[in-house]
Amino acid sequence: MDLGLNEAQQMLKTTAQDFLSAECPDTYVREMEEDDRGYTPELWTKIAEQGWLGLIIPEQYGGVELEFQDLVVLLEEMGRYMLPGPFFSTVVLGGMSIMDAGSEEQKQEYLPRIAEGQIIMTLALTEPSARWDAAGVELTATSDGDSYTLKGTKLFVQNAHVSDYMVVAARTGNSDEDISLFVVPTQSDGIEQTLLKTIASDRQSEVVFNDVKVPASALLGEENKGWETIQKVMQWGAIGKCAEMSGGGQQVLDMTVDYAKQRTQFGRPIGSFQAIQHHCANMATDVEGSKFITYQAAWRLSEGLPADREVAMAKAWVSDAYRRVCALGHQSHGAIGFTKEHNMQLYSRRAKASEIMFGDTDFHLENVANIIGL
Amino acid sequence: MDFKFENIDEDFRSEIKDFVEKELPWNWREQDLDPEDEKDSVLVREFKRKLGDQGWLTMAWPKEYGGQAASHMRQVVFNEEMAYRGISAGDAGIRMVGPILMLYGTDEQKEQFLPKIASAEINWSQGYSEPDSGSDLASLQTRAVEDGDDFVVSGSKIWNSAHADSDWMFMLVRTEPDAPKHRGISFVLTELEGQEGVTIEKIPMMWDAYRGLVTFDNVRVPKKNLVGEQNRGWYVGAALLDFERSGVDRPARAKRVLEDLVEFCKENKKNGRLLADDPVIRNELAELAVQVETTRLMCYNVAWMQSQDLIPNKEASITKVYGTETVNRLYGLGVKIMGLYGQLDPDSKWAPLKGRIENAWLRSFGGMVAAGTSEIQRNVIAQRGLELPRG
Repeated sequence: MDLGLNEAQQMLKTTAQDFLSAECPDTYVREMEEDDRGYTPELWTKIAEQGWLGLIIPEQYGGVELEFQDLVVLLEEMGRYMLPGPFFSTVVLGGMSIMDAGSEEQKQEYLPRIAEGQIIMTLALTEPSARWDAAGVELTATSDGDSYTLKGTKLFVQNAHVSDYMVVAARTGNSDEDISLFVVPTQSDGIEQTLLKTIASDRQSEVVFNDVKVPASALLGEENKGWETIQKVMQWGAIGKCAEMSGGGQQVLDMTVDYAKQRTQFGRPIGSFQAIQHHCANMATDVEGSKFITYQAAWRLSEGLPADREVAMAKAWVSDAYRRVCALGHQSHGAIGFTKEHNMQLYSRRAKASEIMFGDTDFHLENVANIIGL
Repeated sequence: MDFKFENIDEDFRSEIKDFVEKELPWNWREQDLDPEDEKDSVLVREFKRKLGDQGWLTMAWPKEYGGQAASHMRQVVFNEEMAYRGISAGDAGIRMVGPILMLYGTDEQKEQFLPKIASAEINWSQGYSEPDSGSDLASLQTRAVEDGDDFVVSGSKIWNSAHADSDWMFMLVRTEPDAPKHRGISFVLTELEGQEGVTIEKIPMMWDAYRGLVTFDNVRVPKKNLVGEQNRGWYVGAALLDFERSGVDRPARAKRVLEDLVEFCKENKKNGRLLADDPVIRNELAELAVQVETTRLMCYNVAWMQSQDLIPNKEASITKVYGTETVNRLYGLGVKIMGLYGQLDPDSKWAPLKGRIENAWLRSFGGMVAAGTSEIQRNVIAQRGLELPRG
């Protein structure tokens, strides 16, 4: 058993903290909330130079070939510094879909360009039904032999507005899981995008496919086998979000403890009051739990071990824990924490968005209920 | 990151399981025993001797004292397997008195006590809390006055197991009333059996058991039973040996309760519907399963930190407060799930799971108070862990 970070992970964590504190200060996060693109190509290039875009991509495709658990260490810090932009959608959603289902040709086509920061990707999965199951995929792909025609609407597609390619989940048969994946250039004819305004000021879009034609070579993996990949991507996505939340929770705890030490009321620091101390102790408990329940699932995913139980438990726990941490952070900060000027609100808005992404607590508790035999 | 136990520890886990199946003198699937209860303690003691014969009780002791110097993770395995079966293998003699004697005891004391502690021959009672000294333990008032070769002890000790077949009490007594409160305390060993001036009362608890209240009226304790220096007892009592102290018994025990409740839900109906099909119950039980799992991992972390020579500070308090509160919620949910049946005492023929859940729920409040209340633990997390200023 080894519940700590190994040397390489520790180094990655330190490097990430140094890099992100310099390149992604809260002023940048705030600017990007208002920015049209939501990220800057300058920072994107620097991130590529760090090797992070190819962190888990195999060496033969120009990556660093580390493991998913290493990516989780990095995502934790990205959550702590609230890195805006398409890192998550490119690496976890687009990149890992291709790593899982792509043909040799497709891997060679996309993975090196992801690693070098040349292309931005995303996953177009959810639709107006806002369901996370296969039955929620109603967008159709119809084959005429040489090509497929995609028709339907995707909703809540992350960073579609800046993506070069989308991995699109489409219905190719009548039973629930007859889903196929396609790599679709975002600029294809017939695609219409509308940006949504969201609680976390991230960039999600409605993407309408009006008879979008793609060649048969756009099919990712086998026809009607796409849901197997989506299930894995959902797990990676859920644990990636858990890592971001865990890092964010750590930052909210640190901010709150610092504030409690310096804020004086009744002639003494509020951190000397037991009420505030117990809030902080409860936050520390939630942060501690978040870390290990996330790491356990990340480790199992890295090892290729069955992880349904651990992933569901992690997403269920961390979604709630991060929300509790932010609530107590707000309570301890008093009115200043609710102001736009204060960073607390940046975290609590993101906590809510992460809570519902890749299945909320109830979704995952239902999975847990099944797994424990109910 | 690596969340697996070593193979050798997993083999040990199988060995323990086999041993318990063969040797345990009661049916752990049907019966919960309270080692601090009078009638249960005899059976528990009998089995503890068998564990002692295997060398398992003292596995954490150094080899020079007959222990195995077992790794922390191996201790976790043992504690998990015992707790899952509701066996209380924790023994105050082995966990507390033995280590204290190794560090502070005279050769004579070691010779007199250690072998008997190792074989679980002595049943120890803890004499720390007093009616007026709970969380503020250092305010304790039980007085020990020097008189020739003896101390003369007067006062009272509460919430102990003295009534339950106890032979000796290890206790903190005030030997210097004028010193600052932490510096006038001594650590002494007092024989209870046949001792003149000792009165033991049983305090009925809200669950099906008792705790002891011992009154000392000019009881003579030979000075040779003083452990460590006089007036340094507070620090003697704080001595810890390298036992894993993750509290992993709580999630291990809770795992078993969860399994029982899942079975119950699969076999019983409410309003014509199987409980296991009720979405609210599914959600609530799953939520507790997640909380138990998180507790387990946080406990593993405490033991793992110990194995790395790191000192779990806020981490140990976190597992204590979160573990005991989770267990309390779990039993509370269990009683609720059973509906009207949940309220039945263990001796009712109608009581589901022999009333174990009801009784354990009542008992689980003790967990949040004993050995540092949840409030004291949160103070520790905040002040020592997060370095918030003292009030």
